[in-house]
Amino acid sequence: MRRGRSPLAPSLWQVGLTYLALGLASVFVLFPLYWLLITSFKLPVDVNSGPVYLPWVDFKPSLHAWEYVLGTLGSDVRRAYVNTAVVALCSALMALFLGTNAAYALTRFQYHPRVGAIVLFVACLALVVGLVASGMPWQPAVGLGLVGLILGLQTLGRRFKKHLGNEEIALWLISNRILPPVVVVIPIYLLFQQLGLLDTRTALIISYTVINLPIAVWLMRDYFQNIPHDIEECAQIDGASRYRIFWTIVLPLAAPGLVATFLLLLVFAWNEYLLALFLSKANSQTMPLMVAAMSGTRGTEWWYMSVIIMLMILPVVILAFVLERYIERGLIVGAVKG
Amino acid sequence: MKKVENKLQQAGLWIRFVGWLERRAATVFLLPSVLVILAFVLFPLVGSLYSSLARLRFSEGGLELTFVGLANYRKLLLGSEQGHFLGQPGAGLWALVVMGLLALVLGVVMYHRWRAGRSVWIWLGQPLLGGLLLLAFTWLFLSRLWPGTRMGTLQTTLFYVMAGTALQYLLGLGLALLCAERLPGTRFFRVLFILPLAITPIGVAYMFRMLTDTGKGPLVPLWEAMGLSGFSWVNDPWGARLAVLIGDVWQWTPFAFIVLLAALQSVPQEQVEAAAVDGASRWQVFRHIIFPYLLPASATLVLIRLIEGFKIVDLPNILTNGGPGTATESITLHAYFAWRTLDIGTAAALGFLLMLLVSLITSLYAAWILPRARGQV
Repeated sequence: MRRGRSPLAPSLWQVGLTYLALGLASVFVLFPLYWLLITSFKLPVDVNSGPVYLPWVDFKPSLHAWEYVLGTLGSDVRRAYVNTAVVALCSALMALFLGTNAAYALTRFQYHPRVGAIVLFVACLALVVGLVASGMPWQPAVGLGLVGLILGLQTLGRRFKKHLGNEEIALWLISNRILPPVVVVIPIYLLFQQLGLLDTRTALIISYTVINLPIAVWLMRDYFQNIPHDIEECAQIDGASRYRIFWTIVLPLAAPGLVATFLLLLVFAWNEYLLALFLSKANSQTMPLMVAAMSGTRGTEWWYMSVIIMLMILPVVILAFVLERYIERGLIVGAVKG
Repeated sequence: MKKVENKLQQAGLWIRFVGWLERRAATVFLLPSVLVILAFVLFPLVGSLYSSLARLRFSEGGLELTFVGLANYRKLLLGSEQGHFLGQPGAGLWALVVMGLLALVLGVVMYHRWRAGRSVWIWLGQPLLGGLLLLAFTWLFLSRLWPGTRMGTLQTTLFYVMAGTALQYLLGLGLALLCAERLPGTRFFRVLFILPLAITPIGVAYMFRMLTDTGKGPLVPLWEAMGLSGFSWVNDPWGARLAVLIGDVWQWTPFAFIVLLAALQSVPQEQVEAAAVDGASRWQVFRHIIFPYLLPASATLVLIRLIEGFKIVDLPNILTNGGPGTATESITLHAYFAWRTLDIGTAAALGFLLMLLVSLITSLYAAWILPRARGQV
């Protein structure tokens, strides 16, 4: 009957339903964004007088907010923009690089971290904390702890044979994200103060890399798991090193996952607020801080805020358009056949 | 002659180095990440643990942390802050009925495992431990649902996390499946559905405050048409919670969407086509071929959203300021309010209680759901 068509080709009403569902979801997604866009062209009086919906029909659009943000605030916004871009790109790339390596390792090798060693590590840590709390300067205390750890590992640690596995390592990695940032900002602030990195992009890059790393590991681990091992085994028989296999075979195959993960990491770093609030002042200020700053002593200035949010979305949209094509099907199938 | 020897020696060293690298590949791949995390996580963790056992006091020459032991925890669990954190229970008959049913199910599971001759830990220890926890949570949640009782920040957070994660996953899965169909225009939708992620959470919170404004928000005519104009739904506890939930779902559904969309690419098309040729229905294809390939990514996605969801703070803070009363206050917001009044000890204690709760839920999840989803059972 319907010769030549794939048996999976949807019928007409299925296509219709699909578009209907997509359309409804788009309205849900787009309406808030539309409201934001028109608010950025409204005069304060239009915002405060009650809802108006259509430019040129309900109200006369004005560029006053854009002029203020790009003109009067121009240099601040430009600096914040560059800061955000640099910090987000660097930290996303670093987290992706480290996380991809770790994720690959966790899917292809077996690890056996010994319980004895972990207990010993925690004990030494407690020792160091105790010493510092009782008034010892931190440098000798840490040194003492390290010596204790190494001595202990060489002697006591070998006695205990019980060990954990890869799943436990992965869980430990993700568990580092459990503590709410409100609780850890003060110690992190003190840490970067000690390192002399307050109000620098470096501090933000480091902290975003650390907080995003577990997510990179977990997401990439799943994509690697679905990549068949046969290809790698063939390459290994042909004499390729582990690193060469990883870079030239596994990574290209994981491209959809890599792109999706990169986008997510970038967006998380792009939008982070609380740590930026603490670790930066004028020099390394990022865009989310500018958004929050628009709600100050004069009430919330919705029109300026909308402009800044619009500016923040723009690069992500462009990047999403550029990278979207790499989240595509078909790479794996071809590689296995060839 | 000497030169050649030197070169040979260098080459030998290089080969030995490469060989060493190859043997140590497992370490080289994993160790950097572990070290980076250890270096930057340990100190904040220890620091905040200490501050949860201390109180900030004004003294000569500034502020001072004094050690107070478990006083902060006692205050939250038993003392003056108990109602705020754990809510106020009412005697609930149907909560008891639900718990009785749960206990019955647990008993059946234990009986089956015992009949199957599993070890004592598997048939007695595991279900008892997990089951008691489950019962305790059910009680904590259900006994605070009636009129006259009050939900604490714990219950509110649990509500956001459970309802939010479920909605985000289902919506994200549906959209990913629709977008994976090769229809014209899906590229546009793919980019469109990622957009909400691109807005900083604090921006999303302000945006939803604009949208839910009962005087000048865009939905006002809609409320009036529904006869709700007099009813200020952000002043109703469940109305306000719903507003926060919708904001959360709006922002985080794209996360599920993009992860699942990428995972869909690893489904082998031949299998799908073959099944369709053999006459499998669309539901059967999804259930038996596509879904198993999505399971590992789904399990991870839900785990990440569970962990992240517990930290919800910007949305209730800006949208409702935690109100009405404490109806929309999450645990992190509770900690943030405590912290803003310089009660750093209580804030840190709340953080660690939250960590305990999330660790519990994650370890239950890791023990029961993850291995099955990742195909290890």
